[in-house]
This record gives sequence, C-alpha cells and structure tokens, in this order.
Amino acid sequence: MINYDIVIVGGGPAGLAAAVCAKQNGIDSILILERDKELGGILNQCIHNGFGLHTFKEELTGPEYADRFIRQVKDLGIEYKLNTMVMEVSQDKIVTAMNREEGMFGIQAKSVILAMGCRERPRGALNIPGYRPAGIYSAGTAQRLVNMEGYMPGREVVILGSGDIGLIMARRMTLEGAKVKVVAELMPYSGGLKRNIVQCLDDYGIPLKLSHTVVDIKGKERVEGITLAQVDENNRPIPGTEEFYTCDTLLLSVGLIPENEISRGMGVEINPVTSGPKVNESLETNMEGVFACGNVLHVHDLVDFVSEEAAAAGRNAAAYVKAAAGSGNPADSDTVSTDAAGEQSTDNSGAVEVIKDTIEAHEIRLIPTAGVRYTVPSTIRPDHMDENLTVRFRVGSVYKNCYVSAYFDDERVIHRKRQVVAPGEMEELKLTKEQILQYPKLKTITFKVEEE
Amino acid sequence: MYDVIIIGAGVCGAAIARELSRYQVKICVLEKDEDVCCGTSKANSAIVHAGYDAVTGSLKAKLNVRGNEKMGELAKELDFPFERNGSLVLCLSEEEMPGLQALYDRGIANGVKELRILNREEVLQMEPNVTDQVYAALYAPTAGIVCPFGLNIALAENAYANGVEFQFNTEVTEIHKSEEGYELQTGKGVFHARYVVNAAGVYADKFHNMVSDKKIHITARRGDYCLLDKEAGSHVRKTIFALPGKLGKGILVTPTVHGNLLIGPTAVNVEDKEGINTTAEGLSQVLEKAGMSVKNIPTRQVITSFAGLRAHEDGNDFIIGEVEDAKGFIDCAGIESPGIASCPAIGEMAAGLLKEKMGLKEKDNFISTRQGIKNPSLLSMEERNALIKENPAYGNIICRCEMVTEGEIIDAIRRPLGARSLDGVKRRTRAGMGRCQSGFCSPRTMEILARECNMNMFDITKSGGDSKLVVGTNKDTV
Repeated sequence: MINYDIVIVGGGPAGLAAAVCAKQNGIDSILILERDKELGGILNQCIHNGFGLHTFKEELTGPEYADRFIRQVKDLGIEYKLNTMVMEVSQDKIVTAMNREEGMFGIQAKSVILAMGCRERPRGALNIPGYRPAGIYSAGTAQRLVNMEGYMPGREVVILGSGDIGLIMARRMTLEGAKVKVVAELMPYSGGLKRNIVQCLDDYGIPLKLSHTVVDIKGKERVEGITLAQVDENNRPIPGTEEFYTCDTLLLSVGLIPENEISRGMGVEINPVTSGPKVNESLETNMEGVFACGNVLHVHDLVDFVSEEAAAAGRNAAAYVKAAAGSGNPADSDTVSTDAAGEQSTDNSGAVEVIKDTIEAHEIRLIPTAGVRYTVPSTIRPDHMDENLTVRFRVGSVYKNCYVSAYFDDERVIHRKRQVVAPGEMEELKLTKEQILQYPKLKTITFKVEEE
Repeated sequence: MYDVIIIGAGVCGAAIARELSRYQVKICVLEKDEDVCCGTSKANSAIVHAGYDAVTGSLKAKLNVRGNEKMGELAKELDFPFERNGSLVLCLSEEEMPGLQALYDRGIANGVKELRILNREEVLQMEPNVTDQVYAALYAPTAGIVCPFGLNIALAENAYANGVEFQFNTEVTEIHKSEEGYELQTGKGVFHARYVVNAAGVYADKFHNMVSDKKIHITARRGDYCLLDKEAGSHVRKTIFALPGKLGKGILVTPTVHGNLLIGPTAVNVEDKEGINTTAEGLSQVLEKAGMSVKNIPTRQVITSFAGLRAHEDGNDFIIGEVEDAKGFIDCAGIESPGIASCPAIGEMAAGLLKEKMGLKEKDNFISTRQGIKNPSLLSMEERNALIKENPAYGNIICRCEMVTEGEIIDAIRRPLGARSLDGVKRRTRAGMGRCQSGFCSPRTMEILARECNMNMFDITKSGGDSKLVVGTNKDTV
C-alpha cells in the first residue's frame, strides 16, 4: 500500500489551495487526486472574468485564477494524479482510487481533505412536468459544451433559476449568438450575485422574472417551447398567469448540491441544511483527521473564499499530521480529550494544559437562528482555535437595513450593520480567540439577522 | 421474404423473437424507434408481479404466473438484473379485510405460491416504514423487480445472436394481405412475410384493424412516476401496493434492482399515443398517494420523473392469438400490467402457436445464453485490475454517479444491436441515470458515441429522430 500524510480528494480550487497551504506548513507527503484531465476543477470552464478580486486584487478569468494555484502546486513539487477517480475512502483512511494506467489501488493516508466540490440539481429534483426531450441542460453542462468544446446547445434559450451559473450562461449564450428570451426565478429574489444580474442580464436586456417557474415543457424530440407561470407565496403556480415561450433550449440553474457520497460512505456526519459535512473550527469533520473545504462543505459564491477556507483546512490537516507524529497515535492520546468524542490533542501540550486549567477544553455550539440558515463551522473548540476565525453563513431571505449579530450565550457581542443581506450572497462574521477566551463558560454562540 | 415479421421491439416483440429463434425460421423485427425498449417497455413499474391481481382464468392471470416462474431462470440465461424481493398489498382497516382475502383467494386460484396474509405486527416488522394505519397485508414472496431495459435488451440481443434481423427507425404504415402472407409498407420500403406478429404496444389496435374487421381498441393509459436517489433506495425492501379499490388503481412504492426507490404510477387515459409528458397533477398525486402507503418518503430525493403509457384494451385482457379473419396475423395486443412479468410466457405462447401453425423445426445450434455488459463494480479488485490491464478503458470512469466506465460504454455501443444515442447508452449501462441525471457525463458520452460510431457531434441524439443535442458551434450565426 502506498502511504501519504495527506490525501486530497479533488484538484479544483479547494483541493489546490489546501495542498499549497499544507505544504507551506511543513508537510511534504501530499497527494491530490483529480478525476478530470487537468487540475483546476470547474474553474476551467469559467472563462468569464471577475475571479480573484479578494485574493489577488485583480480580475482574472477562471482558468487564470486556477493557474495561479496550479503553478504553486507544481513549484512546490506537490504530487497529483489526473484522470483518477476516488471510489471510496474507508474509516481508517484508506483511499481507493482508479485510473487507466494503475487500475484500482489503495492509499493509506494519515489525513484526508475532502474537496470534491458540488454538482448541479437536475430537472427531476424540481418535478417540472412535461416531456423529456433533448435540449434541457443544466447550466454548467451547457457551459462545458460551449466554453470547453465550442458547441452550441441551442439557439433560443429560456433559463430557469437565477443561480450564478445560469446568469453567466445567459450572457455567454448571447455572446455566442443565441437568443436568451427570459430568466425565470421561483423565489421573489435572485439566487445569484447582484453584480451578475447587472452584468449578465441587465446589460443585455434579458428580462428576469421573479416568482415564476416552468409549468410545462413542450416538444417530444427536441424542446419546442416552455410555459412559465407566476407562483404564489407558497411557490404554487397561479392559474391564468401562464405564458408560452418558443425555444429549443431550457437551461437549469436551480441549485448546487455538495457531492458527499464519498464522505457519507466513510461515516462523515452531514448537515442537512448545507448537505455538507458538519465541521469544527478546524474544518475537521466528526471523523478525526478528515477535513472538508470548498463547495463540498457548503456552496460558495466566490472562489476567493473557497481558497481562503481551503487554506485553513490544509493548515489544520498539516497540524493534525504533525501532532500525530509528535504524540504517537493521536487517537490514543488523552492529554486534552475530555468527554467529547473525537477530540484531538494538539502539538503543544504545555499551552493546552494552561487553557485546560482556565477554560477547560470544551466545545462551543454555533446556533443559526432568526434568518440565519446555517453556520460553518458548527462547533468551536477554543483550545484549538487560531487567533481569528471566520464564521460563514447564509440567510434564508432578503433583509434590508438589518444587522447580523452573534450572541455569546445570551449576550450580544457582535452586531454588524448590513444594507442588504440575501440568500444568494454568503455572509461572514469574524471571531477572535481573545474574544472567546473572555467567556470561559461559553456554551453557545447564536447567529441572527436582526431588523432594527 | 421473411417467414415472420414482428412489429415492435419492446419486451413482447423481443421475447417472441427470442423464443421463435429456437426454430429454423427467418425472422425480422420492425421497430419505429431507433432502439429496442423505446415505448411502454421503458417506462413502467418494472415489477414481476406474483399473479394474484388478474381474474382467474384470464390470459393475464395464466401468463403472469407462468412468466413469473420463468423469470429467474431467464435472468440467469440472459444475464439481466432480477430480484425476487416480494410484495405486500396493504389493507388499512378491518372493513377492507374481505377485499384482501378475496385477493388471497384469487392468488391461490391462479396458482400463486407461498401467499400469506400478515397481521399488522408482522407487516411492520418486515417493513417498518409502512404506514402506521396498516391493518394487515397480503405477502407474496414470489413477486420481484427487474431491470426492464436489461430484460428487453437481453431478449433482443439473444434473438439477434440466433439470427433474428432487426430494422430500426422503420415504422410500418400500411399492411396488405398478399398471396403468400402480408406486405408491410414502411418508411424504409416494403417488407414481405408469411406471418406477422403484432407486438406494437399502444399501436397494436392500429395494425390489427388494418387486417381485421373485428376491431379492437386500445387506450393509452398514462402513468406518472417519480424516481428517488439511491440514498432512499432501502426505504422499503419489498414492493408495497395499496389494496386496489379504495385508493383507486394504486400507487406503488418499490425499490428498483439498481437500488433506487420508485413511486407511481397514476392512471390517466390519453388521446396521444406519444403523450408521455408528466403533469403537475400527476406528479403531486404520486407523491401524495405514495405517502398513504409508506411514511416518511424522502421526497426531496427525487432525481427524475417520467411517464409511460400502458396499452389498455377494452376487453381488459391480453389478446394473444391468430386474428380470426386474418390468417397468419398473430396479435399480441393489450399488453399492459402484468406485461413485464408475463413476457417470458407471452414469448413462449406466441412462439408455440407459430411453431404449430408453421410446423417449425428446432435448430440444433440455438444459443440459449447471452452475456450482458460486464459490470466491473461486481468484480474483486484483482479481477478488476486484470480487466483494466487488458483494456484501460475500464479504468476510466465516465458517469461518476453510477460509476460507469468508458469500457462499459464502448461495449454498449459495439455489441450487436448497440447503442446509438445517449438514452441507448443510458439504458444499457446506467450512465446518466444517477443523481446528477447526466449533467457531468453527457458531453463525454457524446464524444465517445461520436468517436465509436464515426458520427458528427451534430448528429448525436438523445433518443434518435430529431432529438439532437448540439445545434452548431460557437458564434456560427454571429
């Protein structure tokens, strides 16, 4: 069996950033496993610009952004395998993978970083009635056909769902010569970034119909048209509001689903809201030494935040591997673990002891409520926390002139003004270790949207 | 000139072709679609019913029980997925018990083996997710589930291996009596045959009525279905039916042989014999009624929905036999549920009939077995590695949801009666049938199809005809 300290499942933006950071934190034995023919993941088909404003302070295309990380991976001599599918990961971190050259093989990892990304929600998940002709594509599939292979999936297009890929594809299809007739969105607000609505729809005169959905698909062999209808507050189509659009293509941009089949298979606990693993402050799942980052953890809007999150996962995985090397088998070590199952020791038992004496090694639960749908992470162990921790979350509705707040038990500690928060834009609040250490008995931190 | 022409390459046409290919006889199957298994056979509950539903003495009853008995052996011979998972018909109150008892009695009269009535506790122990309202159930251990595509394709491939000719994209438009038999006008010219077998599904009445004055009438009865992710696949292990009557025709909840959960169908008579569009009412009815038999169905896990048409004949039974006023014209009409279960027996019966009439002699080189597409996921790691070494395409995953390799897709295309479309590949290999519903693999499968069939990407279809997948290149109209 081949051995690696860290095996990273997925060579997209999350996997790449995690690898780079793990290497920079002193781990040399790293292997990235990528199922596609090149590194970079879905960025390779995102040929529009707007990537990297936060990370590199410049506007890059998707492939350019990926290339920055791919070059680092190569410069740092990090190993990777392409065209290699991870079939499963066992509880004891044996990664089973397969490719044409080596066949099926096992790799024993000390730590595993899950970075498999997400997939698009298909038509079936929405139970859209009608025929099942050719010409119905998820927006990402159409994006691959157009941007990577140069094929037009159709000439006259209706798009359901205002997720970012759908908005980007509205513009792309227009630029490539198709007529995009309308974008329909079930919700009363868009699921995508505001900037994409402006730059991809408004600039091209493509109408966005909020609170609308597809109620029928016409065409037995190829799409011939679709019927839109307005929906009521329960998302049910309102009879009499039907409008027929002739078109040969229906693109769906109706949500992304983290691809956690491998995670589930190895026993990783999944948060039903995000469909991603439940993680602690170290982005570690309930399985020790198994970390998650990027869209497999929760769906992001901006790749910059994926890179940032993945770097933390890489850093924490490196710390885990070093700690395990320092203390023998980490699972046998009981220097820190208290009653909480799955607790890990760190490499610095002296410092840990001090914390243990003062605040005890305990776990703080993060509770999303009042408009906040989830938080990543779900728990914080103060003794394992870095100086700063970014808590990311999404809200369930559009709120204007509101506050996002964090309550430490019952006390409101953070209260930040927001002009607008929306489900399509991920929010974050930063916590510091210093702040948390001031509350030695802290049990919960509650995140809320407050309108006042 | 053929000895026998079979109209339709669904499960019945294929089963008859296969059984008939045991004999020294020249056979051709004419199919209007681009592939086998494109009509009723592809969109149904895929249940091998035990045989207690149909009226005792009817063809439905006889052929169902016989077909069910034969299915296990056939699945072994022809290598398609079949599992005897058993079925439960639920009874929700004491008042309904006479209905359940009647079903039991009918089953016994029909010759169904191992039938038992279970009490509430026994049912809930067997299937904890059955509704709490359950009072009792009829348990039929012999009922099963099958891959309808696998069954249909296996029958057709085996028939082909035994010399049966298949013509696709060949729609019969007219049938005339000729001196030696029949003359069939098609979009691809005229075909002649001494005998004709009409296995045309919802169109069987059309062909029957071309040659007979004793008209039959088939209603296309649409059923909507929802298919759920494999994660929901073990929600129930047996096929769960509602007692016919109180809940209408009954929506079933069943695992599939591939580990998904299937719920449906509705029953709506439609005019259009190609009307396989689902409707909002239909789909919501499926979800609602399924919930009356089985609790906590994870409806968020629906990955696709579809509709199929049953060929319901006014007489409410299968019509199998020579048409009275059209000698040499054999009907195989009105094949609705339990058609899948019955098809091995339908093949046997129709072939037997022709054997008598035509005085056919058995071949001495009949090939009774067929090897399906190799499924690497059933191999050990060593076997799999040996396979990949021999053919690296088996190491290349194309459909990541169903873990289908390039090797399997190439096999599906290259084998006799091979796939020529995305749906053809899907029905043979399951590529595109998983939770992402071909989002990731369709462009790659299209490439493989284009390469293997030496086709232009613009000619690759979803399911033949005008179902083209790409229409041009970037900026070609700008």
